[in-house]
Amino acid sequence: MVPKNVRYAETHEWALVEGDVCTVGISKFAVEQLTDVVFVELAKLGKKLAAKEPFGQIESVKSVNDLYAPVAGEIIARNDALEKDPTIVSGDPYGTGWMVKIKMTSKGDLDKLLTPDQYEKQIASQGH
Amino acid sequence: MPYILNTGADVKAMLDKIGVASVDALFKMVPDAFQLQRPLDVPPALTELELQQHMAELAGKNKAADNAVCFLGGGSYDHFVPAVVDAIASRSEYYTAYTPYQAEASQGSLQAFFEYQTLICELTGLDVANASLYEGGSAVAEAVLMAISIDPERPKVLVAESVHPEYRQTLATYLANIQKEIITLPTPNGALDPAALQNHVDDKTLCVIVQHPNFFGNLEDVNAVSRLCKEKGVLFIVSFDGISVGLLKRPGQYGADIAVGEGQMLGTPMQFGGPYLGMMACREQFVRKIPGRIVGQTVDRNGRRCWVLTLQTREQHIRREKATSNICTNQGLFALRTAVYLAALGPQGLKETANLCLQKAHYLADELCKIPGVSLRFKKPFFKEFTVQVPGDVPTLLRKLLDAGYHGGLPLGRWYPALGNCISIAVTEKRTKAEMDGFVAAMKGAIR
Repeated sequence: MVPKNVRYAETHEWALVEGDVCTVGISKFAVEQLTDVVFVELAKLGKKLAAKEPFGQIESVKSVNDLYAPVAGEIIARNDALEKDPTIVSGDPYGTGWMVKIKMTSKGDLDKLLTPDQYEKQIASQGH
Repeated sequence: MPYILNTGADVKAMLDKIGVASVDALFKMVPDAFQLQRPLDVPPALTELELQQHMAELAGKNKAADNAVCFLGGGSYDHFVPAVVDAIASRSEYYTAYTPYQAEASQGSLQAFFEYQTLICELTGLDVANASLYEGGSAVAEAVLMAISIDPERPKVLVAESVHPEYRQTLATYLANIQKEIITLPTPNGALDPAALQNHVDDKTLCVIVQHPNFFGNLEDVNAVSRLCKEKGVLFIVSFDGISVGLLKRPGQYGADIAVGEGQMLGTPMQFGGPYLGMMACREQFVRKIPGRIVGQTVDRNGRRCWVLTLQTREQHIRREKATSNICTNQGLFALRTAVYLAALGPQGLKETANLCLQKAHYLADELCKIPGVSLRFKKPFFKEFTVQVPGDVPTLLRKLLDAGYHGGLPLGRWYPALGNCISIAVTEKRTKAEMDGFVAAMKGAIR
């Protein structure tokens, strides 16, 4: 079961919207696929992003993957704790493992994201 | 020379094995129209003896650094290579091995590269070194690609004109299809003027590249350049001379973020221009951006010391088009030579070597400048290489010097039209007083 209070990108980021601010992290499914997370790198504060543009990278012992912005906007907060301890992401991907907060330029981007039910179907077809 | 047996019986045995009637049959899939229906238009085969004589005759036309007293520099230097370097590097365990792809099966190679990295960190005063790149020029270009991945937004790459012209050419090639602007800062006085640099360094500047000592042999004001870079958050890239750090400050000590250099001068002969070695080191915060292989030290499940390739997820075979670089090999044999060379010299040996270069270069410069018409082109402190202005036609002068037994220096007009009457002269620890005095006499004779 995935949390129902957020929307999801096909690339496994979740988006929690409060007002015009969108908090972004990656799903538990993504964390499990990555295996041991060893490094998280996030773009600078103030960086303006288009939807689907990379806002950072996550590195596991297996691979390095880009993190994609689910919505367009400007980065107004970063979870700097992840740089020191990237395992926070694996331990609590929907809570303390959040990555960036984006001040959205348009709420329209949200409609293009997957609902929890749609995302569950996607990962069911991708799972082993 | 290797001897490879290939008798008629061998050929037949191989053809029989794969079930083909003749060698020609192997080319059947090439349409007739594209097949050459006659023998190649080459002279008849020579006997083994004749061939060896022919090759020796051709080789005899070369005048290598050993056949004439060498004052050539400009990125390739005639430094002494102790016998221990060849003795270790020619061991077949090292000599016949390619970069390890099944890396951890080659603990000996990995240990050697780890030692190399450690020595390069000591040499540069920086935290992390990779297991080497191809040579000095592409190392500069890779450093800039690395800077781009550290700070993708900034568009301007500033490079001093006193950086090796061929390194700058390599950089331009690497960046040809990347949306960055290379700005070459003129160095009419033989080194970058920090005041002039100040006008160009701003928050659009990605990096500043200097060579120290530079292509003319002169020292750059690296402290001032470093300060300017730090003020504007600009990455400072230095191409350094591995011998010079025996005397001069190391790049990390004056604030370089990335240091690169040509490793040939540390244990590899000039060998007609290559293959050489690219050295690269950086601050720890950039470890995930450094290209190429990195060897790490760890322990196996029994607690014994061992070595692994580390941070491979950045590399091309895993990260594909998003890798830090298309380099997924290293210059293993030459990295090994440099490791042995540096270990053999030690800090004291490197200091003495650097001091000999410095003293001898200054002796020769003083003596040459006593010749009427010969003068130092720049009024800058220099290390082992200097630029002199000479009267008359430079190619004629160099031809006369070569006839007298001297590789007299590098004509600079080829890269710097304003320096058409200048040659760059490099002096290593190998040059004796007698050789230098002989050279001065030959120069006098050639100019007269």
